[in-house]
Formats: sequence, structure tokens, C-alpha cells
Amino acid sequence: MTTYPVRDSATMLRRNLKRMLRYPSMTVTLVAMPVIFLLLFVFILGETLGAGINGGGRAAYANYVAPAIIMMTVMSTVQGTAISVAMDMTEGIITRFRTMHIARVSVLTGHVIGSVLQAMLAVGIVTLVALAVGFRPTAGPLEWLATAGFLTVLAFAFVWLCVALGLAAGTVETASNTPMVLVLLPFLGSGFVPTDSMPAAVRWFAEYQPFTPIIEALRGLLTDAPVGNTVWIALAWCAVIALGGYLWSKRLFDRAS
Amino acid sequence: MKGAPAIAVTALRKSFGKHTVLDGIDLHVPPGSVFSLLGANGAGKTTTVKIMSTLLAADAGEVRVAGHDPVRAPDAVRAAIGVTGQFSAVDKLLTGEENLRLMADLHHLGRAEGRRTTTDLLARFGLTEAARKPASAYSGGMLRRLDLAMTLAGSPQVIFLDEPTTGLDPRSRRDMWQIVRDLVAGGVTIFLTTQYLEEADELADRIAVLDHGRIVAEGTAEELKRRIPGGHVRLTFAAPQDLEAARQALPEAVPDPDTLALRVPNDGSMRALKTLIDRLDDRAVEVDELSVHTPDLDDVFLALTGQPT
Repeated sequence: MTTYPVRDSATMLRRNLKRMLRYPSMTVTLVAMPVIFLLLFVFILGETLGAGINGGGRAAYANYVAPAIIMMTVMSTVQGTAISVAMDMTEGIITRFRTMHIARVSVLTGHVIGSVLQAMLAVGIVTLVALAVGFRPTAGPLEWLATAGFLTVLAFAFVWLCVALGLAAGTVETASNTPMVLVLLPFLGSGFVPTDSMPAAVRWFAEYQPFTPIIEALRGLLTDAPVGNTVWIALAWCAVIALGGYLWSKRLFDRAS
Repeated sequence: MKGAPAIAVTALRKSFGKHTVLDGIDLHVPPGSVFSLLGANGAGKTTTVKIMSTLLAADAGEVRVAGHDPVRAPDAVRAAIGVTGQFSAVDKLLTGEENLRLMADLHHLGRAEGRRTTTDLLARFGLTEAARKPASAYSGGMLRRLDLAMTLAGSPQVIFLDEPTTGLDPRSRRDMWQIVRDLVAGGVTIFLTTQYLEEADELADRIAVLDHGRIVAEGTAEELKRRIPGGHVRLTFAAPQDLEAARQALPEAVPDPDTLALRVPNDGSMRALKTLIDRLDDRAVEVDELSVHTPDLDDVFLALTGQPT
């Protein structure tokens, strides 16, 4: 029997966007967190950290930390994906979808596309706040475009991972806790301070974990920091995470049905 | 399709680990009829519905729903069925109208047809006024009506209703019954599970009694009632020790300790009544009240499964 994956995915996307509108407090919470971190790091810690990193004080630190905060925004919003997938799984509606002749994958793709859009909206808001508190990127139009593309890929990859985490969670509470690691890992990388200031073992981990090249790539795209091959390493990580998340999600979803 | 059974199940088995839930059941449901699977909690009703509606694979046995095998051709089965379970399958963040539109879109109805179907279903289920309210604000009865309306959006041939009135107040239950009767008048086949004998009696053309994973009886409500010739006698007592004494005198009786009552299978004839009273008298059991009941499905259930519902 023929199915209509694109049409069904569009229907599911509409459903998820409506749910986000009905439940705005979640989006607000998810966006508020990176904004609070941004303000905290720029205004409370920025003067000292900036002096320690490159002797530049608060303004220099704002430029250093903003790309990390923008990346953290993506990680914060994808947590919402895990929560809403887990909410779906615990509600009866998913059972209804399973007894209907629809393209099964659309249940998940609706979440994925909706969450990527939500993440990009959040990134837009946080970027504006960052600009307002002193972030001065040197990126030209082409670099901005590349940044937007890169962040979309990043969101896409981690949304799939969070769909899997949401499916694996079993309860909404678990689903809201497990992805916290995605917000904390950047601290064990070059997100807030350069890795060479860290103890040897942490530095080793920091240099090889995915968030370091991701943050460095963003820094390179947005500011005059060197890019090197970080963009390619970051994209490779995204590909691995997206594929892993997709395959894991598919397995969990098929098993549950 | 006419004449071919809407549902045909033979030797269906399902276990979860060591626990056997369905121990070889056969079902045959002609199109356009209401079939009721009656059983207590845990009898295997929901498992049966899950297997027929493609949610669960059977361990053994043949299953055909609308002529298709739920395992080999799940999409063909899904295209033909509608399922309303005991837990509401609606999106609580969306309004009633949006839930129905979602169904219309997933059934690939065109824009105009989708809107018309939505309006019709809202009116038919008395939800027009609440159409723009989120489903989270609906009462239990309204949710169940919306749930069923969503099931109907795809015009299914076979509808599974898994305990559709469990937890509803008596009025909502009667509303639901009327809706089911109207559906049957429209020609669809309904497979209804229930733990309420009254419900099966009211709605079903045929009833199968499921107990511990086996069908212990099947037939029309009348046929099932005929199996128990004389109904029962209900004895009530003033004190628990009287009830206990009566139980000893009448081992075949089923007690109801909450109301200090005893149900004794009895055909209600003078002879049977006299025997009963004599047996109580022999042990000098004090009976507060005695009433004779003509058979209803409750008695059938009692006789077949050894437990009251």
C-alpha cells in the first residue's frame, strides 16, 4: 500500500508547531537558559575571564563566549525535543497513529523539522541579545549564511539524538534530565575558557570531544578566530551524531510498535 | 467483500513471558454486526484488540481483519479499521476541531472535504460548541466522544471499541450506546470489548465470553441466557456470621461480603426454592431477605467464569 511520507510529515509538522504555540512556556524556558548564561558570563565573569584569556576584559570575552552561547542555545532547545517526544509516547495519540495507515516515519520527522525550526528561532533571539550586550562579530554576509547553515546541520543532528533520548526515556521526567549533558559538555571543552588552561586529563578529553571543534568552527565563522579544519571535523561529528540518533530512534520506535 | 467475515480469528495465542494471555481463541464476526468480547479485567480483551489492530504480533493462529493479515499486510488492515481504546487518544494541546482536522489530513482528505468531515463529526458528537476549546478542557464524556469522532474521520469499515464506556458516568454511557447504534445502522462492523454485561446485552448481536485467555461461551444474548435455566436467588443477612453459616450450607453460592448477600444459582421453581430453604433451615441459618431473580447475563457470567463481574 502506498504511503505519503512527505505529506504526512507536513501534517505532523503542523501539529508540532501548533503544540509549541499552545505551550509557549517551554520554548520560553529553553531560550531563557542560554540568555541567562550569556548575561552571567558577560557581566559577572566577563571582566576577569576576558583579562585572563587575552587581556581584553569584558568586551573581548563577549566575543569569545557568544559563539559558545549560540551553540548552547541549540543544545537547550533540542532538550525540548526529548521532552515532547516523551510526552507523545506517554499519551494515547501515538497508539492511534500506529493503528492508522500513515507513513510511520512522519511521527518522528514532524518532531525533527519542528524542533529544528524552533532551534533556529531561538538562535536568532539569542544572537540578537548577544549583539545587544557587546558581541561584535566580524562575519560578512557569506559567513553569516555559512553560520546559519552550520547551525541548522548542528540542530538537525542533535535533534535526532534527542528524539532517541526521548523515545528511550520512558517518562517525561527522565527525558527532561538526560539531555542536560548536552548543555554541560561545552564546559568541558573550549566553550567558556581555552582548553590549554585545563588540567592534563580534562584537556585531553576537551580536545577530542565533539563540542570543541563545533565551538571553534562557530568562532571561526563569526569572528576573526582561525577556522582551520574545525568546520570539517565538526560536520563529521554532526553526521555521526545524526546518523546514530536516527538509527537509534528508528530502532526504538519500531520496537515500541 | 459482502459475505466474507469482517473479522476471522482461529487458534489465536499470545503469551508474555510465561504468562499466557490468549490460549487459543476463535472469533468470527460477520460484516455489519456488533460483536462483543466480554470479560473481567485481565481476561485478555485488550491484547486481542491490539493483535487485530496491528499493534501486537500474535504467537500463533490465523487472524484476518477486513480480509487482511495484520502481520503480513498491516497497512491494508490499518486502512480498513478505526480504533478507540480505553485511554483517550487525542492530542490534549489541540482543540477538538484541530484534532479532527489532523485526522482528516492524515487520511489525505482534500481541504474542502476535510473541513466538511470535521464540521459534520463535531455536530454529530455534540462538540460544535466546544470545537475551539483545547481538548485538555473537555470532560471525560466529551473526550471519549472526540476520540470516537477521530476514529470515524477515516470512514473505517471495522471499528474496534476497547471498553468505550469504562469510567464514564451513566448518562455519557447511554450517549455512547446511542452513537454505537447509529454507527451500526450505517453498516460498519463493530468489535466491542466490555466488562459490563449490560453493555453487551444492549448493543451486541453476538457475545463471546473471555475468561483466562479462553472463549468460554459464545452466542446471542438470548442464547447465553438460556444456558442458565433459572437465574438465581439472592439472600441477604443481618450479620456476617449468618452469611458465613449460609456459605457452609450452600457451597455453590457466591458471597458478596460488602452487602452481606449471597447469590445462589437456582431456577426459581417451587421445588428448588423449597430445597434451598430446607437446607438453610437444617442449619438454622437466619436469613434477612430472599429474592428470586430471573436470569440475566450476570448469571451467565457467574456460571461460566465462577466470579461475578
